Amino acid sequence: MIPLNWYMWLSGIVFCIGMFGFITRRNIIIMLLSTEIMFNGVNISLIALSHYLEDLAGQVMVFFIIAVAAAEAAIGLALVILLFRNKETVSVDDLNELRG
Amino acid sequence: MMFETAMFGIPQWLWTIGLIIVKIAVVLGAVMLHVAYATYFERKVIGRMQNRLGPMVVGPYGLLQPIADGIKSFFKEDIIPTNADKPIFFMAPVLGLMAALSSLAVVPFFNHFVIADINIGLLFLFAMSSLAVYGVILGGWSSNSKFSFLGSLRASAQVISYEVPLGLSLVGVMLMSGSLNITEIVNAQSRYPGGMYITAQWLGFFVFVVSAIAETNRSPFDLPEAEQELIAGFFTEYSGMRFALFFMAEYTGMIIMCSIAVLCFLGGWTIPPFVLKLLPFLGAVPGVVWFIMKFYACMFFYYWIRATLPRYRYDQLMAIGWKVLIPLALANIVVTAAIKFLLHHGGQQ
Amino acid sequence: MINQIFFFYFSAVIVAMSLLAITRRNVMHGVLYMLLLFFHIAGLYLFLNAEFISAVQIIVYAGAIMVLFLFVIMLLNLREDIRKKQFLAIWPMGLLVSSGILMVILMSMLTIRIGASGIWGIAQIERVTQTAAVGTVLYTQYLFPFEVASLVLLVAIIGAVVLAKKRIK
Repeated sequence: MIPLNWYMWLSGIVFCIGMFGFITRRNIIIMLLSTEIMFNGVNISLIALSHYLEDLAGQVMVFFIIAVAAAEAAIGLALVILLFRNKETVSVDDLNELRG
Repeated sequence: MMFETAMFGIPQWLWTIGLIIVKIAVVLGAVMLHVAYATYFERKVIGRMQNRLGPMVVGPYGLLQPIADGIKSFFKEDIIPTNADKPIFFMAPVLGLMAALSSLAVVPFFNHFVIADINIGLLFLFAMSSLAVYGVILGGWSSNSKFSFLGSLRASAQVISYEVPLGLSLVGVMLMSGSLNITEIVNAQSRYPGGMYITAQWLGFFVFVVSAIAETNRSPFDLPEAEQELIAGFFTEYSGMRFALFFMAEYTGMIIMCSIAVLCFLGGWTIPPFVLKLLPFLGAVPGVVWFIMKFYACMFFYYWIRATLPRYRYDQLMAIGWKVLIPLALANIVVTAAIKFLLHHGGQQ
Repeated sequence: MINQIFFFYFSAVIVAMSLLAITRRNVMHGVLYMLLLFFHIAGLYLFLNAEFISAVQIIVYAGAIMVLFLFVIMLLNLREDIRKKQFLAIWPMGLLVSSGILMVILMSMLTIRIGASGIWGIAQIERVTQTAAVGTVLYTQYLFPFEVASLVLLVAIIGAVVLAKKRIK
């Protein structure tokens, strides 16, 4: 039997890897990928808790998170296309028009 | 399982694993043979429909043609485009074939003959058929050629759009049988008075057939390949054995779609109970014969469609998918659910 | 024992794949590592008796979201961006922040206590099958959030179409 803590640690590690990618990469597509990794880190912990608590609420939450992740990816990638059409780049560094 | 006790001193888990390996070997062998001869029969059938003979040279009636084709593609030079993304270029056909072959794991060919009898069999099939698009997209993108690129752009848009009606058309079947296990779906059909779900789910069957043809990129929806415009679409740059792998993936995909049609709509290995009552001697025929007969009829339907209909334009294809098939499938789900609710609860909560 | 071997295999691959996915220069390769990552996470879900969610994970993440990413990458010409610098200049700061948060998460997990068990034990789930169990909970207890989720998806569809459409003057 695997202790619950192992799953929670794994979920924390995956979440932090995703966060590291999100705050350090310049490429906006990789940033979106990093948010997906963060979602997955959270999902692992929810599924593990649902199993160890013998309650299905966690799995239902994961279901909703996957729905929201799909919506987020669709909107985010539409924004990326819009950005590329106007600025010819996907690098967040080049988006500095609002610099004061 | 069949082997409850240890036999010949061999522990039971080893028997189970051995049995699974034997099943995998049998299924793979049978499917690969069918893939090889599906190409032969396709050429024969289309030849006859166009007043030609089809392959006649290699062997009697050209029967050895698939073997000759296999040997030829195996020994041809493997050409890799200069600017190709090599790892992805190598991986793409393998990925496509892998996705197609792994769906075979949950397809029951007759009663109790299935490699993995899992509770979410139908969902597993969706998952694997949605992965088939990776081979197409990556193959087209990594070859670094205009034709491949256009082919794979078309293919990805087409396959994503048609996955939706494909999934929705099977929801009616899930509602009627109340299960996602494919063996259970077939057994539910033999208990159902109509015998096959096609009688009640004709609308779902229609949507399923159209979207299955689009999902496997077959004519009249073979826009990703479209010889006249794109040479061969996403696999223009592939040659030799890798080209053959794409070909095998496409035909395995057809075999999977035909199997789903037979299992979910045409009663699988069972025959309708009213037919059995009229002609009781048919019960002696083994189930696998019925399965294979229905399966061949579906494969023939693929060839028939290909020989009959001209290719659609791309905007027409998208319009059919989004404006016709998805509303039809949704209407089918609502009607099926309403009828099931009325039958089970008599209209009361 | 065999459970632990499988757990270590899955978690090692999950961590390695997520690291590879966020450090690749070529976005296409990053997406492919993500694909492997999703497969292994789905495998982990099977260990936790969540077969429905594991199938949904493959269908939605691998079959839809990642295909959407590939589609967008193919539409954009990223050959210029690949040559640029990939990380912000202050990336050690990011490493510090995320590893700090990681330490907090790891330490806080040590004090975790499992509360009272719910009614959906393994025996109960096996009796009604897992998909039916999730469906029952989803359509009774969580019906309103389910409807809201459908609204979120509708907004996403309309938003994506409006944003990505070419302006016709």
